[in-house]
Amino acid sequence: MRISRPIVPVALALALAACGSDAQPAAEAQEIKVGLLHSLSGTMAISEVTVRDAELLAIDEINRAGGVLGKKLVPVAEDGASDWPTFAEKATKLIRQDKVATVFGGWTSASRKAMLPVFERYKALLWYPVQYEGLESSPYIFYTGATTNQQIIPGLDYLKEQGKKKVFLVGSDYVFPRTANKIIKAYAAANGMEVLGEEYTPLGHTEYSTLVNKVVQARPDAVFNTLNGDSNVAFFKQLKSAGVTAETMPVLSVSVAEEEVTGIGVDNIAGHPVAWNYYQTTETPANEAFVKAYKAKYGATKVTSDPMEAGYNAVYLWAEAVKKAGTTEVEAVKKAAPGISLDRPEGKVTIDGENQHLYKTARIGIIQPDGLIKQVWDSGEPIKPDPYLKAYPWAAGLAAS
Amino acid sequence: MRDLIRRNLPFAAVAVVALVAAPLLLEPFRLGLLAKYLCYAIVALGIGLAWGKGGMLTLGQGVFFGLGGYAMAMYLKLTEAGPGGLPDFMVWSGVEELPALWAPFASPVLALGMAVLGPMALAVVLGTLVFRQRVRGAYFAILTQALAAALVILLVGQQGLTGGTNGMTNFFELFGRDLAEDSTQRGLYLVTAGVLGVLYLATRQLVNSRFGRLLVAVRDGEDRVRFLGYDPALVKTVTFAISAGMAGLAGALFVPVVGIISPALLGVVPSLELVVAVAVGGRHALAGAVLGAVVMGYAKTAFSEQFADGWLYLQGALFILVMTLAPKGIAGLLGRVRRARTA
Repeated sequence: MRISRPIVPVALALALAACGSDAQPAAEAQEIKVGLLHSLSGTMAISEVTVRDAELLAIDEINRAGGVLGKKLVPVAEDGASDWPTFAEKATKLIRQDKVATVFGGWTSASRKAMLPVFERYKALLWYPVQYEGLESSPYIFYTGATTNQQIIPGLDYLKEQGKKKVFLVGSDYVFPRTANKIIKAYAAANGMEVLGEEYTPLGHTEYSTLVNKVVQARPDAVFNTLNGDSNVAFFKQLKSAGVTAETMPVLSVSVAEEEVTGIGVDNIAGHPVAWNYYQTTETPANEAFVKAYKAKYGATKVTSDPMEAGYNAVYLWAEAVKKAGTTEVEAVKKAAPGISLDRPEGKVTIDGENQHLYKTARIGIIQPDGLIKQVWDSGEPIKPDPYLKAYPWAAGLAAS
Repeated sequence: MRDLIRRNLPFAAVAVVALVAAPLLLEPFRLGLLAKYLCYAIVALGIGLAWGKGGMLTLGQGVFFGLGGYAMAMYLKLTEAGPGGLPDFMVWSGVEELPALWAPFASPVLALGMAVLGPMALAVVLGTLVFRQRVRGAYFAILTQALAAALVILLVGQQGLTGGTNGMTNFFELFGRDLAEDSTQRGLYLVTAGVLGVLYLATRQLVNSRFGRLLVAVRDGEDRVRFLGYDPALVKTVTFAISAGMAGLAGALFVPVVGIISPALLGVVPSLELVVAVAVGGRHALAGAVLGAVVMGYAKTAFSEQFADGWLYLQGALFILVMTLAPKGIAGLLGRVRRARTA
């Protein structure tokens, strides 16, 4: 060990010098930097890269139309690496070093929870594009995906309308499924539905024969599925080989969109319902343009999905708020944002001033043999976001704080 | 006397750079990152001792790091919730009453004590069971790795008790000081650097002592040491416990520095990353282990900032490059350079 000692201080000094030398250049006056923080590696990359691509598309389109306040948007992409502490570190880097005007990012609730204190600490803005479990409303986060009353509760309403009285809950073991199931149980108790069982498996779990047996033996009318990622592949395969079909026992999923259907294999999942706010097939003029532009940029075989659309919208909503505020300064943008209403691919969305979520239309769709999703039910009009479920008497005990 | 000064000159130079130059030169964000690398360096120092000197390849050091981190996080969450209050994640998870397991962690002394003594106790139990049975080499490595995997499953499954996959985050203050303040973070950096320095000197002393020579002897010929009348199991258990205590302390420092603890930080992958860092730095030298942790930590940050899309390949390439060109790590390489110069 004697041999190495003199070199250590030199190496350390070099490393320090390297650290110190990356002081940021003065921001170009004609550019606005925006941060994109998604997992580009690790288990979440497959989903999150598509959201980042949709956000890049929105930035491109805005730049081609002249930018924001006459300035071009310059994306700074960082990798969250499917690792929650990394999200917090990279968010700090984007805010403090790159001095970005805002950040679009995150997918899992864990990554959002990890980033939340960073954005609150430095009073910076995060736009979070994925449906989530609610019970949160940070003053420095805008939520462009659905909260529970715009996805899970409409999903339950749909099952109830279909006369499904007995449900079985299957989910991955983390905060979203657990909170969702808490809400589902409260809903069931208030609406005369019966929850026959509640099962969790670790994220990434792929052995489902025991669980499928349990489900089949319980004979529910429907299954409410909050499994995430790869687990869905194994779950739906084993359901099918156990003889379960969408007619006998529909499985309503809230984390399976167009992108995931391809991975699961259409044969295994066709006919089952899903709950979202947007499908590639949603018929609006804005969606026609979005799907066309996305395929033109990334390839004709690509599909668009709800979280991608929510990320795409986030960039436009932020740009609109900046235009209205006349500056990218965070507090001014926050003040300008409430009430902003745009016609997006999913239809009209409006920023709620109270909780910084969006008014969104809920949609139930059935997975088609071609892998796309056909809408069979919608809420008719955009639903007011209610992350703490204050408008639902049966949910009174859920949001204790 | 002159020899003593010459021997300690490199250490003093590093100490000056770390304690004076770094806080002056680096922006707060970079200083925070350096503090994080130094936390890992404390763990690496323990691995350097257990693996480099004692031949115990521990692939589950994340377990001890995590226990220390969670102990600290529990204390921080409880101060934030206040007396009778519940940590935020318990409210989301539907827990209505503070679990009994949590109660002792309201005291900072007990929490810090648990952060260090908890991992040491676990290491003593594990070491006693394993080393007495003469389990070593790959079997010991696999065992420690399995322990890391098991702890992650346990933490994720007990969401109401541990915060599940999310872990714990959103800490506001430590001993009454605002964690968001740059001055607090600078203070934490200095404490971390100081702890690392003291532990490094102490470990070096230990390695140069009779005990250290015995440890190396156990590594190189366990049976011979036993025939000479020593108890190799005891030597290994004590060493393993010391390295576990270091990892626990590092975890406790890590939480206020980085602001989060989650199962992702203590599973198999981060445990392996640390062993890789020690290998890159050079496991045969304690300074190599420390250097490796800082270099690999810095490389991870730098690569991922420069090449957000493909940085993992670069990190892998760096590891392969160092291991093929310098099997004894950076420390070994630098030593060779130095020997060539003085020869």
